[in-house]
Order: sequence, then structure tokens, then C-alpha cells
Amino acid sequence: MMQVETALALDTLGLPITPERLLDIQGLAKSFGGVRALNDVSFSLGRGEILGLIGPNGSGKTTSFNVLTGLYRPDGGKILFDGADITGNSPQAVYRAGIARTFQRSRLCLELSIFDNIMVGNHARLNHGLMFNLFQRKAFRLEVESALAEATELAASFSPNLAAAMFEPVGALPMIERRRIEICRALISRPKLLLLDEPSAGMTHDETHQLMDDILAVRERQGGLSIIIIEHEMGVIERVSDHCVVLNYGEKIAEGSYQDIASDRLVQEAYLGSEVGR
Amino acid sequence: MNQLFSRMPPLAAAALAALLAFVFAVVFMEQESDVAVISLLALGAVAAWGAGRVGLSRRVSAAAATRPGAVAALGGAVALGLLAVFAEDHFPLLMLSTVMLYATVALGLNVQFGYTGVVNFAGAAFFGIGAYTAAELVGRTALPPILVLPLGGLIAAVVGLVLVVPVVRTRGHYAAVVTIAFSVLFKTFLEVNDTLGGPQGLSVAPLSLFGWSFGEGPEILGISASFYLNYALAALAVLALAFVMVRRLERSWIGLSLDAVRLDETASACYGIGIRRSKILAFVVGNLVIGTAGALYGSMLGYIAPTSFTFSDSLILVAIVLLGGMGSPWGTVFAAAIVVILPEKLQAIQEYRFLLFSVVVMAILLFRPEGLLPRAVRRYMPAPKEVAR
Ligand SMILES: Nc1ncnc2c1ncn2[C@@H]1O[C@H](COP(=O)(O)OP(=O)(O)O)[C@@H](O)[C@H]1O
Ligand SMILES: [Mg+2]
Repeated sequence: MMQVETALALDTLGLPITPERLLDIQGLAKSFGGVRALNDVSFSLGRGEILGLIGPNGSGKTTSFNVLTGLYRPDGGKILFDGADITGNSPQAVYRAGIARTFQRSRLCLELSIFDNIMVGNHARLNHGLMFNLFQRKAFRLEVESALAEATELAASFSPNLAAAMFEPVGALPMIERRRIEICRALISRPKLLLLDEPSAGMTHDETHQLMDDILAVRERQGGLSIIIIEHEMGVIERVSDHCVVLNYGEKIAEGSYQDIASDRLVQEAYLGSEVGR
Repeated sequence: MNQLFSRMPPLAAAALAALLAFVFAVVFMEQESDVAVISLLALGAVAAWGAGRVGLSRRVSAAAATRPGAVAALGGAVALGLLAVFAEDHFPLLMLSTVMLYATVALGLNVQFGYTGVVNFAGAAFFGIGAYTAAELVGRTALPPILVLPLGGLIAAVVGLVLVVPVVRTRGHYAAVVTIAFSVLFKTFLEVNDTLGGPQGLSVAPLSLFGWSFGEGPEILGISASFYLNYALAALAVLALAFVMVRRLERSWIGLSLDAVRLDETASACYGIGIRRSKILAFVVGNLVIGTAGALYGSMLGYIAPTSFTFSDSLILVAIVLLGGMGSPWGTVFAAAIVVILPEKLQAIQEYRFLLFSVVVMAILLFRPEGLLPRAVRRYMPAPKEVAR
């Protein structure tokens, strides 16, 4: 909805305002000692688009997320997000700008409840003032109640079991439920860009399918969330991505629609002998 | 039996448990011989086990979840009851006050490493800073205790800022080493500092409030109470305030951020939580609580010396937190009672208490890392009644 309006808006000269790209990555570079994890990688992402980021193990996919979210400072290159230069910004600033992520190896606080874990992701929208938290307990309580209602509704769109157990510790839950909680944590703050790092890891084919459907349904409701998804399961990439970028040894070796890259000779060579080539 | 307790209203179960704890504490405090003390300990352990078997413990936990305020009030009532019973006796009052102040210190440490993972092996040093601040302030000024106590906390928190850079910037073991060094340095500093009394220490004038000196026992209902009753009541007030504030902190978005920082700094940073900010907040708030308790402790003892605030004492404070259960306020109070009272009652173990505590801490870490009264899942508000079922 939003995008249609933006696309039709006119500027002062009466010319249509072209919807700018949400994310523009230019010449990104990152080395670890002698390992060039990213070497002059550029790609961009339109608003509401889903980009599949693929490549063999160790090709720099996770590193690109880590640089993008400010965990690593890039050695070179630029990251433009939503019209602002966020290169080298802290992870906190990147989150506040509207980028939320999941991690390849699940990073939940296992001792804490489902609700607590989802609320970690809601940091930007909650009042963290000392006075508010310690002394205005009535107002605080109202904020908890509305946040709980919202988190429960979000969790319910992935699994009724989660919604029914908001105050149970996460550590007791199976892998698939943990993945869902991690995605709820990323979605609760209504980010502009969601980064998914191998959401299917440790899950069956059907579970992955279900999870992607649920994510797409929430995306529909939140209106035009953009996604970058790293995934080994090619069926998933084929189904959800508008556009793909292929990395190999830290370099971009191909870009285009799934059909384009699937028939690309360089891509086939890169995957040859690797378990993902199925 | 099982039926009886599992149907009991949670609050009634909590009241019953409070009554049993009160009676047990009164009888226990009155014992003199090692044999009687050990027998009572055994009885207490069996009773605690039995309470678990017949479902009483679960009802009490349910009460703590659904009616936290009422359960806290019961705890306060037990403490007041004990103070009333021993109103005329110096020694039991001194011991109870020490329990309450150590519990307060351990609550402060809990904010630091129970929630946030910021290790502090200098608890006794910050406690001492509060005590020495009180000694100087009460001796030289006529400030009312209501100001002396928080000033003790404030000075402890400010001195603690010296350590903020190493404590915040690096991980666990480094903060441990730095705080251990601070603890040792603090004692040496006191010993060579003549204005602070050197190795002999200094005397602390009694607190006074509106012309009423804490050094004189009040007359209540025809009973001439020990002057320690003043301090015991003040200690209870300080503990209650610290307890309420620490609980509120835990049950808030700030408490959630502190937990997240302890459990996963990377994920926390990616969700906007300021890592340094959280650690500094926890360290400062913890030292504030510790120093406040120290100020009252110093005035209560009337005489303080460097030997009261050693690294070994810091270890005992850490042991209280581990024994009670990291992040568990009720566990902290319970563990403080055990750690303070047991060596006083069992003269036989007094000499070996450090050895004994080391063994206890190792046993806890190995066999029950969640502590004696494990922390419950965070509820931001009283849980709905269904939870009690
Ligand atoms: N923190 C790090 N320290 C050193 N080397 C790293 C680090 N992170 C990634 N690498 C290296 O960078 C390369 C790319 O890794 P990564 O981005 O995790 O690959 P992918 O996610 O595509 O499997 C690998 O060679 C990996 O060993
Ligand atoms: Mg990876």
C-alpha cells in the first residue's frame, strides 16, 4: 500500500519521485588476517524486495551481514540505507535505523522467557527511562500489557504453542520453535529490512516451507518489509526471492533472477562438489 | 497430606511457611550448644525437603508469583517479629542486623553479576567505603542518618567509577582480576592512611535522628530495649527499600536489558542495547546499594578497622549470591542468614569458615548451580491466578 502511494507521489516540479533503493552496498571489503572474506562486493535492494544471498560455505555471506549490522567495521566500501550513510555505524545505530537480523547459530537468551526474548527485539519502541521503569509502575504496567498483547499476536502467527507459553523459558523448546522466536524478535520492532541468516538450518523441508509462509504472511500484514535471506535450501530461494546475489570466495560472481543464476556457468562451478549443489 | 497442601490457597501456604520460619528462627537463635544447633539444622533441612514433598513449596512459589507484594510483607513481618522477640538482647539483634545488611550488600552484587554479569570481587571494599564515609560524616557533622546512609552509598559509587573502564571494557576474568586488586589495595590504603585511623581503625559516633541517639536503647511498652534495636530497625528499612527497588529493576525493561547483556552481548548490541551503558548502570547501582548498607554497618559496630573489609569478606559476599541463587532476591536473603548466623552459632566451625564456604560454593556450582532458591522467570506484573493452579 505504502509503496504504491510513494511511487505515485509527485515532487514540486510535478515529476514522479522515483522510489529510491532501500539499501545500496558499494564496493564492500573485509579481511580477517590474510582471508579476504569480502572483496569489492556491491549490490542493492529495492523497497519491499526479497533478495536471496547465496554461495558455498565460507564465501562471505554471514560476514556481509556482520558488516552490514555494524558488528564488523568494513575495510572499504559504503553502505547506504534508507537515504543515509550507515557505513561503520554501531550495531545499536543500525538497529535504530530499521535493520533487524537473525543469526546462523541461534542466539537467544535460553534462560529467559519467550516474551523476554521477543522484547529484546522491541528495544527501540519501549521506554527505558529510569524513572518510568522504577517509579511510574502503573504506566509501565500498561506498556507491558500492550507489548504482551502485540508479542502474543505475532507469536501466534507462527505457532499457537508459542503464544500459549509466553512466560516459559526458551531453553526448553525444540529448534523450530527457537527459530520462530528469533524471527519474532526481529519482526516485533517493525524493521524496514529483515536479514535472515539460514533460517532453515536444523529444520526439515516441510518446517522450512511453513516458516517461510509464516514470514511472508507477517510481511504482508506489516506492509512492504524488505528481506535479505541467506539460504542453502535452493527451493526456498527459488520460491521467495525476487533477485539473487551469488558470492564465492568473498566476491560477487553472479546476480539476477533465480533462473538466471541457476543457469550461470560460474555459479555451477562454484557449487560443484559442494553439498548445496543438489 | 499431598492433597491438603496442593489445594491450599497460595497465600495461606505462604503465611504458614512464614510462621514456621519464624518459630524455627526463634528456637534456633536461642540455642547455645553445638549439638542442639546441628540437630536443629538437620531438622530444618528435613522440613524443607518435606515441604517440597507435600507440595507446600510449590504453593509458596505460586504465592510469590501471584501476590509478590503480600509475600514480601510476610517476609517483613517475620523480620519484625524476630526483632520484637529479641528486643532486649544485644547479641541476637546485632546478628540479625548483620544478616539484613549482608543481604542488602548481596542484593547490590546481584544487580552487578546476577543480572548483568559484571563480576565484583571488591564487595567488602565498597561496603567499607560506606562505613568509613559514615565514620567521617557522623564524627564531623550533624547530618541526620537519612543523609549519612545515602551519602555512604554515593561515595562508594563514585569511588567505584575508578574501576569502570576496566570493568566495562573487557570480559569476565579481567574484571575479576581488577576488582581483586582493588580489594587488596583498599585494605592496604586504609592501613597506611593515618587520618583514617591506620591499622587500628577508628570509632564511629552513634547515628542520631531528630535528637534521638541511636546509641541509647528506646523504652517501648515498659521494656527497655537494646540500643541495637534502633540499628536493626534501620537495617530492616534499608533492606526493604533495596529489596523493593531491586525487584522493580528486575521486573522492568532495564532489568531485561541487563539480563540480555549478561547472556549475549552480540545479540544485545544488534537489538539496540547499549552494552557499556548497561554495565555502568549495574555497577553504579550495585555499589550505591552496597555503600549505603556499609554506612549503617559502620555506625552500628561503633568501631571499624581495615580487617573488617578484606578480600576474604568479599568472597563471602560472592558466596551468598551463589548460594542463594544468582538473581534471586529471596535466595539472597536466605543465604545471607545462613552464611552470617551459622559460624556464630557453631563455634566449632568458626576457625574453618573460609574453608567451609569454599567447599559449599564448589558444591553449589557443581550440583545446584541455580542456587538454593532459584530465580523465577521474570514476571513484569503479578501473574494471573491460573498460574497458581
Ligand atoms: N570473525 C572472524 N575471524 C576470522 N575469520 C573469519 C571471521 N568471520 C568469518 N571469517 C572467515 O571469513 C570467511 C567467510 O566466512 P562467512 O562469512 O562466515 O561465510 P559464509 O557465511 O558464507 O559461510 C571464512 O573464510 C571465515 O573463516
Ligand atoms: Mg554463514
